[in-house]
Amino acid sequence: MVASHLPDAVQGPGPVDVVLNVNGATYVVRIEPRVSLLDCLRDHMNLTGAKKGCNQGACGACTVWVDKRRVVACLTLAIACEGREITTIEGLAENGILHPMQKAFLSEDAFQCGYCTPGQIMSAVALLAEGHAGSDDEIREWMSGNICRCAAYPNIRTAIRDVRDGVGGVGSAAR
Amino acid sequence: MTTAIGRPVDRVDGHAKVTGTGRYSAEIALPGLVHAVLVTSRIPSGRVGHLDTYEAEHAAGVLAVLHHLNLPKGGSVPPLLPSLFGAAASGQTFFPMQDEVIHYAGQPLAIVVADTLDRAEHAARLVHVTYEHTPAITTIEQGRDRAYQPEKIFAGIIPGRITRGDVAAGLAAAHQTVDLTYHCAANHHNPIECSATTAVWEGDRLTLYDSTQGPNATLHTVAELLNIMPSHIRVVTDYVGGSFGCKAMIWPHPALSALAARAVHRPVRLALSREQMFSGCGHREEQEMRMTLGADRTGRLTAIRHHKLSPTSHFDDWAEPSLSVASQMYDCPNYEGVYRLIKANTMTPTFTRCPGEAAGMFVMESALDELAERLDLDPLEIRLRNYAETEPGSGNPWSSKGLRECYRRGAELARWSERDPRPGRTRDGQWLLGWGMASSAYPVTPPGGPQRARARIFADGSAVVQSSFADFGTGSATAMTQVAADGLGLPLERVRVQYGDSDLPNTAAAVGSAGAGMVSAAVHIATTALRDQLIAQAVADERSPLHGADPRQVVVSEGRMQLRDRPGTGETYAELLQRAFMSDAEALGTWNPPSMLGTGYGTMTFGAQFAQVAVDPELGLCRVRQLIGVFDPGRVLNRKTAHSQLMGGMLWGMSHALLEGTVMDPAGRWSNASLGEYLVPVNADAPDVVIETVETTDTVVNPLGVKGIGEVSMVGTAAAIANAIWHATGRRHHRLPITIEDIL
Repeated sequence: MVASHLPDAVQGPGPVDVVLNVNGATYVVRIEPRVSLLDCLRDHMNLTGAKKGCNQGACGACTVWVDKRRVVACLTLAIACEGREITTIEGLAENGILHPMQKAFLSEDAFQCGYCTPGQIMSAVALLAEGHAGSDDEIREWMSGNICRCAAYPNIRTAIRDVRDGVGGVGSAAR
Repeated sequence: MTTAIGRPVDRVDGHAKVTGTGRYSAEIALPGLVHAVLVTSRIPSGRVGHLDTYEAEHAAGVLAVLHHLNLPKGGSVPPLLPSLFGAAASGQTFFPMQDEVIHYAGQPLAIVVADTLDRAEHAARLVHVTYEHTPAITTIEQGRDRAYQPEKIFAGIIPGRITRGDVAAGLAAAHQTVDLTYHCAANHHNPIECSATTAVWEGDRLTLYDSTQGPNATLHTVAELLNIMPSHIRVVTDYVGGSFGCKAMIWPHPALSALAARAVHRPVRLALSREQMFSGCGHREEQEMRMTLGADRTGRLTAIRHHKLSPTSHFDDWAEPSLSVASQMYDCPNYEGVYRLIKANTMTPTFTRCPGEAAGMFVMESALDELAERLDLDPLEIRLRNYAETEPGSGNPWSSKGLRECYRRGAELARWSERDPRPGRTRDGQWLLGWGMASSAYPVTPPGGPQRARARIFADGSAVVQSSFADFGTGSATAMTQVAADGLGLPLERVRVQYGDSDLPNTAAAVGSAGAGMVSAAVHIATTALRDQLIAQAVADERSPLHGADPRQVVVSEGRMQLRDRPGTGETYAELLQRAFMSDAEALGTWNPPSMLGTGYGTMTFGAQFAQVAVDPELGLCRVRQLIGVFDPGRVLNRKTAHSQLMGGMLWGMSHALLEGTVMDPAGRWSNASLGEYLVPVNADAPDVVIETVETTDTVVNPLGVKGIGEVSMVGTAAAIANAIWHATGRRHHRLPITIEDIL
């Protein structure tokens, strides 16, 4: 067991081993305590699906789940996620089969440049699980933490409705 | 035979985007990769007094600190030329870190390279700069008394003054006039992916992974800046996370990343921060416009006088061409357009989606609405009475124009005639409701040189088509796959398009809504050339069922060449190639576009749009409830992606109207340089958008008659919304963005 697992271990300021569970796999990375979860995923684990749009928690492009809850990875310290279950866009498809939300985004053209898309999808799947997709107004409000500069918003709403209602060949709602 | 062109097929790069596996330019994993961070000026004008790098150089992990005293000098800065020309395309004629002079806040002063991003960012804060300040001008208000009229603007392409007829006489003869002054705030593009370049040297050869609208623009610009042979540079652009113009020209960071990589002998990634996106890749300049319109009793325009005043940089006479489309929209014999500039301590402004058209047409379409009100004419009617049957400047015929049908259909969808035309009369609870409309137009501009693509078919009958263009969310890779499939007569799934690489056949940067037209021309020519080559081979081959046939009577369907009137006679590409022991066949296609100087036609995409707003007069809130747009983009290559792009453009127009504005602080820096403070629409802001296109055939612009859709839909939206706010409240607004404070 590495030192950083101990609750009273000194964790910084130099690099320490950090053990993270990402998409069901265990990663050991040697990082400074100041490294954000986003930079850790992108630069230390080569998982670049979570995007860096502002690094200030304003755009939502870095949205991932920590213990099933959506968070902005740029404002989350990687070292604080030890012992938690981290899920990124790379962990959403199972055995190469796209999640219904991924399929819906594709078929409804709910993106253009694709840069905010992983964050939108992670947010959208969590939105359904939270029960915040009851109406279009509710979807609009609870998806407003994810900026899409291409402005695919109406198509994003359609994709979410498709999954919620199990229409458009994307199967039933995933929880 | 079913065709692929036009079908609403899913994006070919969609799977990579929804799974997060597509690699953008700051995501290229390379052995030994290190990180560069820029240190930028905190003042807009002056000199670097002392640059203390000691602490930064000795910080953990730091490999180099580069600045004007130790940065190896490169070549020369190329002239400012729009990247549509296909040559070097520097966004400004200033390259930083060559001396101690500071021209604008945010100007790069040093580069810190370290083994991790955190260490580079930390060390960048340890570079201590002392400044010698000199007075700065950064706004219109500060520089109004120093304005001048340039000979040419916009990279020397557009005259500073354009006239036709006699405006004074036209105004004197007018029954009614309006004389209005408008102000539009500066805008920043803010794609969600910040600009980034990853630079790798292998000996004297350089590979750049660059987030750009034009891999070849990056190549040529960096070649000149660093004085290295273009043949020794390769630019790879697999994915681009949006651009909207800020990646249309080439800014300092690609060359700086290459210099940094050369200095540390390691691959270097240089990604701008969000704050640096406000001073690292241009902006839409603040602008003030005065519009004077005169009309006779029937509403026919007798004069248009349109003047613009805006700040530019100290090095370039740049103004976005805000007057152009507004001068071509309506039939009016007397016109005067004048650009005036102020030398300011900003970087050179640049292309921002609808560069000029959005602001200029906000002014034209708002002023025309006010004129209609004074003449007691319906806003749609005044536009129809001034409909330009020919291009007003030249008198040339239009290559195509479906605007009448756009007006008709848009008005029908909006139920325009059913509204109470009087302002402030329609309510929904506490909300005042209003409808407004405006015209849209965007020029169709040919690229500056030949556009190329290569088509290769394999012995199994599958094909790859190569062209260097980048797809930055436009859907071009998908559309080109459709064009290629039809050109070869193959099913879509047997065609792959390879793109985003300067080593592939040359294309200019996809800018100015020209990408789909010019690349589809090259792909169409390459694929039909390969098809014709194989048909020629078949009819010459004694063992082919098509031997001796007239090649003009041979068509291809699903990869099978067959006689038009006897489809039973024929063979597949695969049978032909395999019999000849050929593993593949290929053809290069070159499209030589019409001269940029003119085709003898007016070439424009047109549209009409209608907006419904709800205004809460107590709270000053304005909510856009619906946007309706009808456009005439010529041939639509993919209905799904075209719809998305047109919708995005209209929502950009909504944002231009109500949200976006970058503000200078008193110290001469952008005060709201973040996505928290520079407002862009979120999901809750975006209404549902109705988009339709009308059929127009255009045989002038390019082989497939593609006029372009990337920008036209943003033109007019701001005016339609401002006009709708007037209809809701009875108040006109002459400043963008229209804020809560303005409405109260």
